[in-house]
Amino acid sequence: MLGTYLPILLVVLIAIIFGLVALTFSSLIGPKKKTALKLSPYESGCAPVGTARERFSIKFYLIAMLFILFDIEAVFLYPWAILYKKLGVFGLVEMGVFVVILFVGYIYVWKKGALEWE
Amino acid sequence: MGIEILGLPMMYYIAMVAKVLVAFLFVLLTVAYATYAERKIIGHMQVRLGPMRTGWHGLLQPIADGLKLFFKEEIIPSQASTFAFLIAPVIALVPAFMTFAVIPFGGVIEVAGYKIPLQVASYIDVASGKVYDVNVGVLYILAMSSLGVYGIVLAGWASNSKYSLMGGLRASAQLISYELSAGLAIVSVFMLSQTLSLNEIVNQQSSFNGLGWYIFKQPLAAFLFFICSIAEINRTPFDLPEAETELVSGFCTEYSSMKYAMFFMAEYANMITVCALTTTLFLGGWNGPFATVFPLLGLVYFVAKVYFLIFFCMWIRATLPRYRYDQLMHLGWKVLLPISLVNIVVTGIIGYFIK
Repeated sequence: MLGTYLPILLVVLIAIIFGLVALTFSSLIGPKKKTALKLSPYESGCAPVGTARERFSIKFYLIAMLFILFDIEAVFLYPWAILYKKLGVFGLVEMGVFVVILFVGYIYVWKKGALEWE
Repeated sequence: MGIEILGLPMMYYIAMVAKVLVAFLFVLLTVAYATYAERKIIGHMQVRLGPMRTGWHGLLQPIADGLKLFFKEEIIPSQASTFAFLIAPVIALVPAFMTFAVIPFGGVIEVAGYKIPLQVASYIDVASGKVYDVNVGVLYILAMSSLGVYGIVLAGWASNSKYSLMGGLRASAQLISYELSAGLAIVSVFMLSQTLSLNEIVNQQSSFNGLGWYIFKQPLAAFLFFICSIAEINRTPFDLPEAETELVSGFCTEYSSMKYAMFFMAEYANMITVCALTTTLFLGGWNGPFATVFPLLGLVYFVAKVYFLIFFCMWIRATLPRYRYDQLMHLGWKVLLPISLVNIVVTGIIGYFIK
């Protein structure tokens, strides 16, 4: 365990240090000539209208929820796939039932129009 | 075997540091020269020359670009959330480097009487001679590749600009949609390999003198996975999050200087990881003719395969126009997802009859 995960920890440390050092150095070296216009949010050269922290389309939430549902199903498939040869015909039928139920749900979502993006 | 720290020999630590540094520098250098290669390749595909001025045929271009970005002014918009704005590029960059740690890039080499497997997160047990690596390597990669989206969403939100916010939202919706199909596409590989350890998966593709690759057994899964991966790393034809005709520069509109460069580095590092993962899962990893006899040849095969796939990504970019956002969602949810599910069922049934 330790032997396999220790290098990952080292990679994380090096990557974080690399990122922070690059950020710090560039902010120290670069010129600093701040003006109010330069620091305003970019809106194609016009004066910014309103704030960006507004409500956005509900479709993004819907996609996120569908993702969680289907991704959990996908994660259920992983252990099954690893043991698939050992489980034999029982495992195959079992997973067939699971996939059919998943597919029914998928068709329901499709027919309800949750996957439309107009 | 000499001094031991926490039950591991001293050579393990030396090899670990060496491997981490080599892999890190490999990714860093490839990122730098992938930007150059991309400009050069696309230039020649469009009958242009690409960069020519800095060094012989523009070979010093990435260094010049890096230095230039280093000396640029750092702009933090007055309405931005400063801390999140500063930390977002680091959050995007770190997982991009982390994923490379579990990918095997060569066989076992022997240095000073100590056997070293060419995979960052692995070691060889001296007594049994067995190679140990992260036994859930694929899950680790899937987890890390989804972590990268936090950086993008955070960048989009923290900038407090409408273009950035839209870019960040689009990026996250696209990434999660295609990650689903990618995750389902590789299930059929595990049905063949019966393991999640990347080292084992590579070893199982060593039949037929190193040509028993899974792409021949699972061509559809390989195709699906590569398409989904290109979409996940936001490259053309799926580069909607930074569609410059609609969103200026997407989530990094407000970024400048080194922070902007870090998003670019993350994007290219992700491309390298995705190509390395496709190589490992479908193209036999470091396997190839005589790779088991000469371990260093395996390293050459691995790098050659990864570079070919990177070239392929650039080729796609030069060839295909960008998708529209509804087309993108349509492709991900209504085409790729059912195909990958059906692929699992078909693989299951065929695999049951052919033992």
